[in-house]
Amino acid sequence: MAVNYNAKEEADGHPSGVGASGGAGKSRKPDNTAFKQQRLPAWQPILTAGTVLPAFFIIGLIFIPIGIGIFVTSNNIREYEIDYTGTDSSSPCNKCLNVSWNSTPPCTCTINFTLNQPFETNVFMYYGLSNFYQNHRRYVKSRDDSQLNGDNSSLLHPSKECEPYSTSENKPIAPCGAIANSMFNDTLELFRIDNETRIPITLNKKGIAWWTDKNVKFRNPSGNTNNLTALFQGTTKPVNWPKPVYMLDSEADNNGFINEDFIVWMRTAALPTFRKLYRLIERKNNLQPTLQAGKYSLDITYNYPVHSFDGRKRMILSTISWMGGKNPFLGIAYITVGSICFFLGVVLLVIHHKYGNRNTSADIPN
Amino acid sequence: MKCKNRVLNSKCAGEEKRVGTRTVFVGHRPVSETDAYVEQKFCDNRIVSSKYTVWNFLPKNLFEQFRRIANFYFLIIFLVQVIVDTPTSPVTSGLPLFFVIIVTAIKQGYEDWLRHRADKEVNKSSVFIVENAKQVKKHSEKIKVGDIVEVKADETFPCDLIFLASSNDDGICYVTTASLDGESNFKTHYAVRDTTGLQTDDDIDSLTATIECEQPQPDLYKFVGRINIYRSNQEPVARSLGPENLLLKGSTLKNTKKIYGVAVYTGMETKMALNYQGKSQKRSAVEKSINAFLVVYLCILVSKATVCTTLKYIWQSNPFNDEPWYNQKTIKERDTFKILRMFTDFLSFMVLFNFIIPVSMYVTVEMQKFLGSFFIAWDKEMYDEEIKEGALVNTSDLNEELGQVEYVFTDKTGTLTENSMKFIECCIDGHKYKDGISEVDGFSHTDGPLRYYGKAEKCREELFLRALCLCHTVQIKGGDNVDGLRVNQECWTYISSSPDEIALVKGAKKYGFTFLGHEADYMKVQNQKNEIEKYQLLHVLNFDPVRRRMSVIVKTSTGKFLLFCKGADSSIFPRVQQDEIQQTKVHVERNAMDGYRTLCVAFKELTQEDYKKINDQLSEAKMALQDREEKMARIFDDIEADMHLIGATAVEDRLQEHAAETIEALQTAGMKVWVLTGDKMETAKSTCYASRLFQTNTELLELTTKTMGDSDRKEERLHELLLEYHKKLLQDFPKNSGKLKRSWTVSQEYGLIIDGSTLSLILNPSQDSSSSNYKSIFLQICLKCTSVLCCRMAPLQKAQIVRMVKNTKGNPITLSIGDGANDVSMILEAHVGIGIKGKEGRQAARNSDYAVPKFKHLRKLLLAHGHLYYVRIAHLVQYFFYKNLCFILPQFLYQFFCGFSQQPLYDAAYLTMYNICFTSLPILAYSLLEQHINIETLTSDPRLYMKISDNAMLQWKPFLYWTFLGSFEGLVFFFGVYFLFQNSSLEHNGKVFGNWTFGTIVFTVLVFTVTLKLALDTRFWTWMNHFVIWGSLAFYVFFSFFWGGIIWPFLKQQRMYFVFAHMVTSVSTWLAIVLLIFISLSPEILLVVFKNAKRKNHQKKLSNRKASDSLSSRRSVRPLLLRTFSDESNV
Repeated sequence: MAVNYNAKEEADGHPSGVGASGGAGKSRKPDNTAFKQQRLPAWQPILTAGTVLPAFFIIGLIFIPIGIGIFVTSNNIREYEIDYTGTDSSSPCNKCLNVSWNSTPPCTCTINFTLNQPFETNVFMYYGLSNFYQNHRRYVKSRDDSQLNGDNSSLLHPSKECEPYSTSENKPIAPCGAIANSMFNDTLELFRIDNETRIPITLNKKGIAWWTDKNVKFRNPSGNTNNLTALFQGTTKPVNWPKPVYMLDSEADNNGFINEDFIVWMRTAALPTFRKLYRLIERKNNLQPTLQAGKYSLDITYNYPVHSFDGRKRMILSTISWMGGKNPFLGIAYITVGSICFFLGVVLLVIHHKYGNRNTSADIPN
Repeated sequence: MKCKNRVLNSKCAGEEKRVGTRTVFVGHRPVSETDAYVEQKFCDNRIVSSKYTVWNFLPKNLFEQFRRIANFYFLIIFLVQVIVDTPTSPVTSGLPLFFVIIVTAIKQGYEDWLRHRADKEVNKSSVFIVENAKQVKKHSEKIKVGDIVEVKADETFPCDLIFLASSNDDGICYVTTASLDGESNFKTHYAVRDTTGLQTDDDIDSLTATIECEQPQPDLYKFVGRINIYRSNQEPVARSLGPENLLLKGSTLKNTKKIYGVAVYTGMETKMALNYQGKSQKRSAVEKSINAFLVVYLCILVSKATVCTTLKYIWQSNPFNDEPWYNQKTIKERDTFKILRMFTDFLSFMVLFNFIIPVSMYVTVEMQKFLGSFFIAWDKEMYDEEIKEGALVNTSDLNEELGQVEYVFTDKTGTLTENSMKFIECCIDGHKYKDGISEVDGFSHTDGPLRYYGKAEKCREELFLRALCLCHTVQIKGGDNVDGLRVNQECWTYISSSPDEIALVKGAKKYGFTFLGHEADYMKVQNQKNEIEKYQLLHVLNFDPVRRRMSVIVKTSTGKFLLFCKGADSSIFPRVQQDEIQQTKVHVERNAMDGYRTLCVAFKELTQEDYKKINDQLSEAKMALQDREEKMARIFDDIEADMHLIGATAVEDRLQEHAAETIEALQTAGMKVWVLTGDKMETAKSTCYASRLFQTNTELLELTTKTMGDSDRKEERLHELLLEYHKKLLQDFPKNSGKLKRSWTVSQEYGLIIDGSTLSLILNPSQDSSSSNYKSIFLQICLKCTSVLCCRMAPLQKAQIVRMVKNTKGNPITLSIGDGANDVSMILEAHVGIGIKGKEGRQAARNSDYAVPKFKHLRKLLLAHGHLYYVRIAHLVQYFFYKNLCFILPQFLYQFFCGFSQQPLYDAAYLTMYNICFTSLPILAYSLLEQHINIETLTSDPRLYMKISDNAMLQWKPFLYWTFLGSFEGLVFFFGVYFLFQNSSLEHNGKVFGNWTFGTIVFTVLVFTVTLKLALDTRFWTWMNHFVIWGSLAFYVFFSFFWGGIIWPFLKQQRMYFVFAHMVTSVSTWLAIVLLIFISLSPEILLVVFKNAKRKNHQKKLSNRKASDSLSSRRSVRPLLLRTFSDESNV
């Protein structure tokens, strides 16, 4: 009976309390619901060696065949690649190495090569560029998608993102921007040399762009005429282009903004070394391979300068499987991961088996 | 009477005003015709609790929000994005920021609107003011100081009033202060005698008086004032005013028809308004960890930006890298200075990587704390049937701190014990009276005539019992006792602010003397012969902690003046005849050892002259305005001297149910429990034994006045003792005490007992030369003891102890728990303050951070709730940093492949929505629902609490682990996709993917991995977890299709158009995504497996140990107690 006693009086303030317990107050008893009492029914999984290691084991078993499958598929893909930059003085294209944009007549060169194995299925022809930073920020944003979508006001007033490629000679550039301006404009032609005669191989230039890009995202300016020249009136060609946009192709459905080469180029690559689809070589009939083994020659109209930034140009011929082009990475990765899993699964299972026997009795749920 | 308040010219508030007194003219009537009445300026009665007005809301609210360092940081980032040409649009960081700002502003605005509305309701409520003998209806806000206000039953008082008169003739009114301090019992207030007759408007208007009172101060229970009543051509009559005359704003008038009062404090100067000033905010240890991690991440951010900027300029030193023909700079870009360009580049990188410190983390943490705290209030296990209340959460900022407590400071009375007293025995002149009557609390039964042991003289016995019946402040509630008619004894209840007094009065009743209540100034007692005795109550000398006793002066019907005094033995013994002490002392000490609260009763007969002198002195002192309390104390001291000891009483304060088990559990959980009590050492010690704070094998080290001795050598003795104990403890605890701190395998347990006077000797040594190191030695001793008992503590000393421990090395987390006003200081001082919603009012609960009904609830609050909250929030914090690290790392790596051009890897929508939509809900659900260990297991196995001690989950080691994990996954994401993109024709038709597909693949892997990582961590899958985890992933997929499916007219670039759709048509991408997710998660899976295996082993050990422990330690309470005392008495 000491200091505490005092406190009680102080707390109540008045020594004389005529009291009544305020019992009338509403009951504030918490609801007895599972949620409020944190007793919701719950699944309480515990990752134990017993459950996980067999899973590893199984995943290993699944991954290895997948990996082998991918690896085999990837290996079956025929791919042939020619570097035609011409940095090497012995290369036929060496003469064109320092070509400039508007050199007339254009520099041409021919490279002969031999395919040792036939390309059975459809063949896809790519061009590849190296050390070309299509993913540079200044470059990536230098386009006007509403202009490319056929918006007439954007056609004449390109977005300022296109600077410094938005106007030339006081006229708006169509298509504006650095990407369009630097469009790849080498022409590649392929010939099969059969007994000294050059048989041209049909290169299909349609069907190389995404369907949605070609049909929705890219559109020519609208107007009541089908004459592209009229529709693009008041604009000028990109500085580096030899021809205006409405003269990219002779066919109407592949001309202007919906030119597929243009669309492919406009999809900026992720890495500085990249390839883009150039042409399709369709298999003619089931009897003959698309490209037989033998001698071929590649005719290049060399317009695109890459030497100034130490770049490289390649031509790639490739067949395609269900998983796309040749890509050894996936197969190897799957096989590696699968093997590691399998190995770990087996080793740990053995360890666990030995060590687990000792404390199975202590299986206390928590 | 001159006005002393010249300072009052300034408007409301201002500290200087608190000094001095104010003079109030009742009814604004000047005292005399000659004195010109000067209108005084007090603030009006308008209550302004709102923070904002319509005009200043926007600027003020924004200013306050941006004062938070995090918000300010994001604002800066946003401004940089607006001003500088940055890779991401300002929307990406602006949107989340403004979402947060707007939501907060709306919330605060709404709260303020509610306050405005409440203010308006209060301010516009109508009150009746008596002006010129007429009642005038006015808005409450129009009340001025000096107005006479009429309040009717069940109305609340509009301001602080001095009670002038009530409809009752005796000038009494009843008031409940439930809204002020939560005490729902009625309190009696008294009017000054001279004004009680003024019961009509006319009468009250005739009153000419001034009131002098102190300036407004927040203490609800203190008021000092004086009223001067002027009657025509007479000397003014002065009467003292105390808290019993003051009706506080906010309390409600009950059981009284109406009252008149004069306003003395209005508006923001009322005690209620002064009390609603916010408490200082406590910050949790987790928050400090978050800030430390933030600094680390800020460093990572700055260094990333610096590295990138540096490399960019190295890379650009090659002209064909800087500006190849296909990618030329704008004229503006070329013209800017290189330094400026470098600076903008640096800022751009900062902006690009700023997502590593997410805005949303703050929102999520706040939400988690706010929502999570509901579970405490909802817990029905912490609901008490008796008081019909559950736990209360006053702040949600400290939830996780409950899982980190290292020191528990607990009050004894009302916290460990029930504070419901039971009269056990008494001794009269050394003769013991005891019988085994039990009674139900709250009701008193008359069990018929009682047998008693006629050991002492009959008249002494009766004197003692009369003393018990008279010397108290107990009131009777129920029945029609006001009339003095005994209607029905059974429905009476005794009401008192002190449960001891009730126990004593009931005790007396058992021996035949029944207290029947007050009738005007008389106290009625029914004696053993069923006769009613009347005593005129002349003075009550109230209890105070310094005197530790109280007295009454009564006049018997025969005209004798008697003084009865009861109090603590130490305060009574020196004031009685020395030869009487010995026989009673034996009993008192024995009772104290048994854990009972003892009181000694003494009396003294006063002569007529003595009484007259005393009466004059008391009236004079009561009138004093300055130092009234000291003057009173001095007079009390004079009066209570040369008394005769009659006997002593023993009252039992039972331990609360499960108090011992709770303490044991807390100790097993690695917490050190200190009992801080005002009680005397013997009583406290026995409670400690009973509550198993001390075990039989605990070696007690005592630092009390007993061991000190009374001599002048106190300090030297103290020094010797300190050194001796220190040496003893050091031998037992070899050097690595840090590790042993939390271990439960200490060979010898030590307990320390210290009392208030010794503590003040240690903390405030008289000569500061040699004794300055007392404190550190003392502290070292304290920290090595398993339990410490501090008795005879003043409230401030309790806080001192808490502060001392709080500031030791390592800053241990402290928790204070108490129920009374004397515990408030330590509750406020400790990291976590817990109030018991006890019988001692609501002071403690109001000032606490959490309030629980019983001490035993501490077990679940700490062991289960605290543990879970800590684990949840720690995981939340770590996870947030982790997921943003692996979000931003690929972006950083991408800079090496895009010429350090700040090209973002992800689309702006993904950047913005990653933290807001795709990964926010699963972690929120986790942090609200996770129970990595069942609540039952947590509560029943306190040892688990130690696993999270010392902020274990937010130390640098786990932080590094998470950082490593985040970096690993970031690397896997980026390089996995990088190698995949060595050949970018991934579709079966040979078409190629561009940079946005690259980013989308990385992002998809990222979202799936971090969500599945959380799924792996989730141990408690409720339907909500399933819903948000799988829902988030589904939403991501759905959103991506949607976002890429439309040409958005408001977007400048349609980068994402059909990117996602094309991505999912590619089998290779699917294979890569699955593979990368698996690679990212597999180390984590393996680790979890190993951890589980380890834990299992550990648990096995634990359970074995527990089994053996419980055998040895679980013994019943009583035998333990008895043994201890018998052991001790042999010594």
